[in-house]
Order: sequence, then structure tokens, then C-alpha cells
Amino acid sequence: MIGEGTKSTNQRRHTYVRDRVEVGFFTDPTVCIGCKACEVACKEWNHVPDDGFVWSGNSYDNTGHLGASTWRHVMFVEQDRQKGGQIVGSHSVVGGDGEDPFRWIFLSDVCKHCEEAGCLEACPTGAIVRTEVGSVLVQNDVCNGCGYCVVSCPFGVIDRRPKPLADAGGAFKCTFCYDRQKSGLTPACAKVCPTESIVFGRLDDLRARATQRVHQLRQHGYADAQIYDPMETSVRGTHAFFLILGEPEAYGLPPKPQIPTIHLRGAWTAAFATAIGALIATLWAFALL
Amino acid sequence: MALYPNRMNEPRIDQLREEAWAKGVVTGRGVDVAGGPIPRKPGYYGQPVVRPPVWTWEIPIYFFVGGLGGMSAVIALGALLFHHFDITRTAMWIAAIASVLSPILLILDLGRPHLFINMLRVFKPQSAMSMGAWILVAFGTCVVPGLVALELQTFHLFAGTVDQILGVAAGISIFASAIFGMLLATYTGVLIGATAIPAWFLHHTLLPIHFGTAGLGSAAALLELLGYRTAPLNAIGLFAATVEAVLLIWLSVDKHGVADRAIHEHGSGWLIRIGEVFTGPVPLVLRIFGAIPLAATSFLLGALVSRFGWIAVGKISGRDPESVFTSQKL
Repeated sequence: MIGEGTKSTNQRRHTYVRDRVEVGFFTDPTVCIGCKACEVACKEWNHVPDDGFVWSGNSYDNTGHLGASTWRHVMFVEQDRQKGGQIVGSHSVVGGDGEDPFRWIFLSDVCKHCEEAGCLEACPTGAIVRTEVGSVLVQNDVCNGCGYCVVSCPFGVIDRRPKPLADAGGAFKCTFCYDRQKSGLTPACAKVCPTESIVFGRLDDLRARATQRVHQLRQHGYADAQIYDPMETSVRGTHAFFLILGEPEAYGLPPKPQIPTIHLRGAWTAAFATAIGALIATLWAFALL
Repeated sequence: MALYPNRMNEPRIDQLREEAWAKGVVTGRGVDVAGGPIPRKPGYYGQPVVRPPVWTWEIPIYFFVGGLGGMSAVIALGALLFHHFDITRTAMWIAAIASVLSPILLILDLGRPHLFINMLRVFKPQSAMSMGAWILVAFGTCVVPGLVALELQTFHLFAGTVDQILGVAAGISIFASAIFGMLLATYTGVLIGATAIPAWFLHHTLLPIHFGTAGLGSAAALLELLGYRTAPLNAIGLFAATVEAVLLIWLSVDKHGVADRAIHEHGSGWLIRIGEVFTGPVPLVLRIFGAIPLAATSFLLGALVSRFGWIAVGKISGRDPESVFTSQKL
């Protein structure tokens, strides 16, 4: 926590990998200042290539979306709503002497490292694995770029890197800085976050802390503060969860994400029925005619 | 140059500033009108919530070839059991060519084709892609030796016991080819049905039925176009066209509004409609009137267009944030 200095879980060395402790990210937009240091630190540490220099015109966000070469993405959400106990000005654009409530929310998006991960289940090569700390990791040297994880992620995180970028053709996403964690370091994004909007630590600690933070914010007038961590769906919770103001759709987050394997039973049943049906129809046609 | 790519944007930024100063708004690709309503687009600036498929033309062609080849092996088995040996031979040739073409198409689409062998690194029932890779390998392993045995046996190149063994081996291989063939033709529906793309997973039951039936009808149609104008093949064609006509009705009744609008709107919607009409009602009517070559051509065309249609649907549906949100509120 801010004020803890080097004792903060974002800064101190740890042995989570050796101790097989489940870790997580808790990202809190109410203290994010939109500096994008997390994006930069991630790119620098992981040697992630650039993903184009496009001026989007979408607030201060020219990154757009998580992808093969964007593992942290700071969102700039503009809403015509009041933020907590914010005092709104008297200059109305709409007209009249009313006030135009407005809030500007920054939220650093990242791979959710699902408890039941769609990409991990879909990967036909075994390139995507679960690490000791519960994160989901793509082994770059194993991935052959089939692209099935891309359509299997309910959050649209993982993507195949296009040519001519370095390491093109493989699927990429946040590694939870597994290499750093193995050496007892904290993920690069959490390490640099100047306001500790991104908190890295033990998953159970973070969950308790998040609940407390929501309670605190509600007391301060943030009536629509809530935790985004889909526990009730087949995703069964995430290792990187968020505090959000308002509904998840505004952040491009699916309200009820499901792991695609829930459709397997129905689809395979239909496939087997069709296969048997085709065989019987063929045999019938040759037998009778 | 590569170190400072931003410099190339500087004149453009100056130009935009001038335009904004003069007109009050800026027009351009990806640029929203200043002072517009908030939120300006659904979700987060209209950004996709799930990722659209990265697959290119190889995959729909593979769906077509794999379906056709797989179901050819089924027809080969039926023809073998009821003594239409010439149909068996041709059907096995089609299956063998498909079993060689399919992996080539799949490898071409990989991001890293040289690592294709990693597909056989694990056996993962929960991954339809893994199951598909194994089904394809098993199919090829049965079809190619089966065809060789069948050809050797047909021309009686060996005499006596060897010839008899070849005959039995061909029979067993054709039986196994048919089993893996019917899975090859239908698993592709599971593959795209069990994903996070709304227009796909909302139809995860229909897709295997459609892909399997399209494969069966295509196999019969190709054999007919190759000169086998027999009653059993016509019956199979009629069966496939009937099922496809029913699926056309199913698809037009089982609508999910915004969630699967990619099937009913846009260019992708047209591809699906054309595909369904040319595999369903059109060949059905043509077969009833005895225009078999036309019916066969129509079915093959429809089956091919439909595969492109479903991939196009996935791309449009995956890019549509509203579809994802709506599909989760159904």
C-alpha cells in the first residue's frame, strides 16, 4: 500500500514461485492517474515490439486494446456521470444553468489469468500452461501459431502477432512477468506503478483488500464501485481482477464471460449424431437402391 | 528512420490542428467528432471485446476439402459393402487427395508453419483443435494405405494369399477411414462452435450438423460429377439437400437478435444465405426434376460459399462488442 515504501508487496522480494502461492493483480482505477508507466515498463522488460503509432482520437488512449504486442493497456473512460462526491462545475454545454457531470476514469487492463482459462484449454500444442503461482503462461518456443486461443479467450486478450514484428506468428499475452517472479521480483507494471493502482501480491490478501476498498469508496459516495471478478460464471474467478465504477461494458469487459469449453458437450453430441446419421443414410441408400 | 517513426506523424498532427482550428471538428479515420455524445460508441470506444479469428482463406477451404474427403470415405464404405467397387475406388481417391491437401492447408495457415509437428505433442480431449489434428492424422494413416491396398488388389498385382490379405487390409482400412472421415467432417463444427465468438457459440449444435451434411452432400455431388450417376448417390444428395433445407429454416427461426446479427446482416449474412440456399432448396428442387449435374454443382458451390460465410460471420461477430454483451444477457 502507498506509504509502505519498500515494504509494499509491489516492491519487496518474494518467494511465491518457490512456495507455490497463488498471486494476483488488483487494479484500482480510483487511484490511477493514467501515466501509462505500466504500459512502458511492460514493453521494456518483455521486449514487446511497437503495435503501430495511431492517433485514435479516443480520449488520451492511443493504445486501443490488449493484443499480441500490448500486454498492459490503460483505458481512458469518459462518462457523463458524477464521480463519487465530485463537485461539478456550473458551465453547462447542454444549456441552462444546470451542471454537466463528467468523470474521467483510468483503468489499466491486463490478461485476467482466469481460474478456468479458455486459451489454456483450447491450445492444441500444450504451449499454454498454468504456472506455480496460478498464472497462465504461453511458452513461445512451443506455440505454432494455430490461432485457436485467439477465439477461445472470453476477454479478447491473447492474439497472434502479425509479420513483420519480432517473433511474428506466435500467440502472445501478459506473462505475469513469470521470469521476474522466478527471481523473486515483482511484475514490471506493478513495480513502476507510482500510485499503486496496480497491486501485486497474494491472491487472498488482494481479495480482502479489494473488498475493503469497495466498502471505503462507497462510504465516500462512490455508489457504483464494484469488484469485477467473474466468480459466478464458468471462468470461476480471475487472478487479475479490477475495481470498476459503473457497469463492466463501459470498460469493454464482458458482463458474464464464459469459458468456451462449456459448449463442447452439446457440439460433440451434435457431431456424433451427424456422423452416425450420415453413415446410416449412406448405408441405407446403397442397401435399398 | 526506424528509431523515430513518430517524426513521420508530425506533419499530419499539424494538419489536424489546423483543421480543428478552422472548422471546429476534425474528420479522419478513427477520429471521433469533438463534442459528440458520451459514450460515443458501444462498450469501450467500440473496441472489440473478444478477438475475431485470425484465420485466412486456407481454413474455409480446409473445412470444405476435409468435409468432402471425410464423407467420401463413408461413401466408399457404403459402396464397398454393397458391391459398387468402382465408386469405392474413386471415393477413396478423393478421400486420399483430401487427406494430403488438408494438412497442407492447415500448415499454411499456421503462424509458424515449421512448428506444425507440435500439434502432435499432446492429446487434449478438451481442445477441439487438438482432437481435429489427431483425427486428421488418423484419417490420413487409414486412407492412404487403404487406397494403396485397394489399388493393388483391384489389379491383382500379387497372386494367392497376398492378394487375399490385401483385400482384407483394404476392407479394414476403408472401415477405419469411414469412422475417422465422419469425425473429420463434423468436428470442424465443434471447433468453431466451442469458442467465445457469439454468432458461433450460439449455434454450436447447428454447426456440426451443417458441416457434416455439407460434407456428405459434397462427396456425393463430386462423385456424380465424375460420372457415377447412380440411384444411391442421388438418394444421398437428396438426403443432404433436405437436411440443409431444414437447417436453413432452423437458422431463420433460431435468431438471437443483436447477438448473432452477423449471420443475418452484412456481407457475411449474404454468404450464409447464398450457401444455405444453394445447398438446401435449390439442389432439392433440381434433383426432384432430375437435373442431377446442376444439383451437384449447386451443392458444391453452396458448401464452399457457406464455409467462407461462417468464417466471415466469426470475423464480424468477434469485432462487434454489442453482440458479445447481448449474447451474455440472453
